[in-house]
Amino acid sequence: MDSVNSLIRKVPAWSLYLASAGWAAWLFYLAITGGLGVEPINALEREYGEVAIKLLILGLAVTPLRRFAGLNLMKFRRAIGLSAFFFVVAHFLVFAVLDVQSIDRVWQEIVKRPYVTVGMASFLALIPLAITSNNLSVRRMGGVAWRRLHKLTYPAAFLAALHYLWIAKGFEIEPIAHAVVIFALLALRVRLPRRQVAA
Amino acid sequence: MAHRWTNDLTRANVTPKPLYLNRRQIMRGAAGLGLASAFGGPVAAQAGALEPNTFEEITTYNNFYEFGTGKEDPARNAGALEIEPWSIKVDGLVDSPGEYSLAELLDGLTEEERIYRFRCVEAWSMVIPWRGYELADILTRVGVKPEARYVAFETVVQEENMPGVRRRVIPFPYVEGLRIDEAMHPLTLMATGIYDEPMPKQNGAPIRLVVPWKYGFKSIKSIVRISLVEDEPPASWNVINPREYGFYSNVNPTVDHPRWSQATERRIGGGLFASRQETLMFNGYESEVASLYEDMDLSEYF
Repeated sequence: MDSVNSLIRKVPAWSLYLASAGWAAWLFYLAITGGLGVEPINALEREYGEVAIKLLILGLAVTPLRRFAGLNLMKFRRAIGLSAFFFVVAHFLVFAVLDVQSIDRVWQEIVKRPYVTVGMASFLALIPLAITSNNLSVRRMGGVAWRRLHKLTYPAAFLAALHYLWIAKGFEIEPIAHAVVIFALLALRVRLPRRQVAA
Repeated sequence: MAHRWTNDLTRANVTPKPLYLNRRQIMRGAAGLGLASAFGGPVAAQAGALEPNTFEEITTYNNFYEFGTGKEDPARNAGALEIEPWSIKVDGLVDSPGEYSLAELLDGLTEEERIYRFRCVEAWSMVIPWRGYELADILTRVGVKPEARYVAFETVVQEENMPGVRRRVIPFPYVEGLRIDEAMHPLTLMATGIYDEPMPKQNGAPIRLVVPWKYGFKSIKSIVRISLVEDEPPASWNVINPREYGFYSNVNPTVDHPRWSQATERRIGGGLFASRQETLMFNGYESEVASLYEDMDLSEYF
């Protein structure tokens, strides 16, 4: 594991931003050129959403991977989180601009459709995290307050899992698998009360 | 029957065979050679109007959960479906029940081309040039008893050939039903082909129902059983989620699906920047079928 970690240390964190931007552009190119099938709007919306939720999962996995597997991805955590946010924005833009196509209808969808409401809530919870994902914010806020704010990742991931489960028709394995992984990673955060030691 | 249906979309709406196989590519080449008006004329003239979807679009974007839940899964997996020989069990309140081969059921009946709008409950749509037979003609052939009030349909189950069936994505066999007056309506088709091709497997080979004024899932595919019954038969999506899918499932822009709006739809084929268009009441067949539902509250019987 040490050799893996030292290998990882050589990879600059910015490469992840580059990879994310490249991947988003590639998916968009596929959508325009027919690579995502004959109905590219919904396909692109789904692709961006699925990348976003996978990156959220990866972000949640950083700490457990270090603790239980000794794999240190700490230096990428900010890039993972910001990339996830970037894909959520892309997902939302495809939904709003290409799919629903009017601000009025976007609002209608958000208030009337619980799965959209939940997805939107997850998006909103991620915004302050994205804004404060820089060294200056950590310094200004102080470590304790910053860490407390960034616990918003947990409800955001929970809502994202719910959002994905909710769009399924019939028994679809992918949303269930993603939700199970997210719930498991969240469960790791729950500190069980210490058992009282008998006096 | 009052009358037989005549297409409101004409043959000119249908792309000629050399074009439908890969219209875009040929059109692009034709335009380059200055030949667009020579044989691309009807297509160009219909720009903006109702233009049938290409054979490729119709056969690569399907919901056929027996072959998987992804839109491209049926095109990928349906090749395994065995369609020869094919027979349909006709039972219930009919004069001549039995196990019919396709030929026994269809020989001598009039095969027609029907160019229909097709509206999925998921708010996308196509225009499809079907070929097939009026269900009314088939039902008349087997003889419907006067007590029959509904028709029930069942899709084939070939577990070894159907990955979606093995994964139990929804309960199988897939079943659907129509009220007898809906079934006898001249618009209601038992389709056996698309353009000039026999029904592709991913579209429900060798024979499927097409009820153009209802959401697509009512148009059950690969039918192996037709039963005439007295009571409303089960319909798969209605059984799975009665809050979201009614027995009738008529296309209705004023009654939303609980999870999305039905007021607009996306025509397949417009690409990434296609605008949504208004969904029409009864999918544009209001003058033909509204009378069937005159006394019904369509928000209750959705």
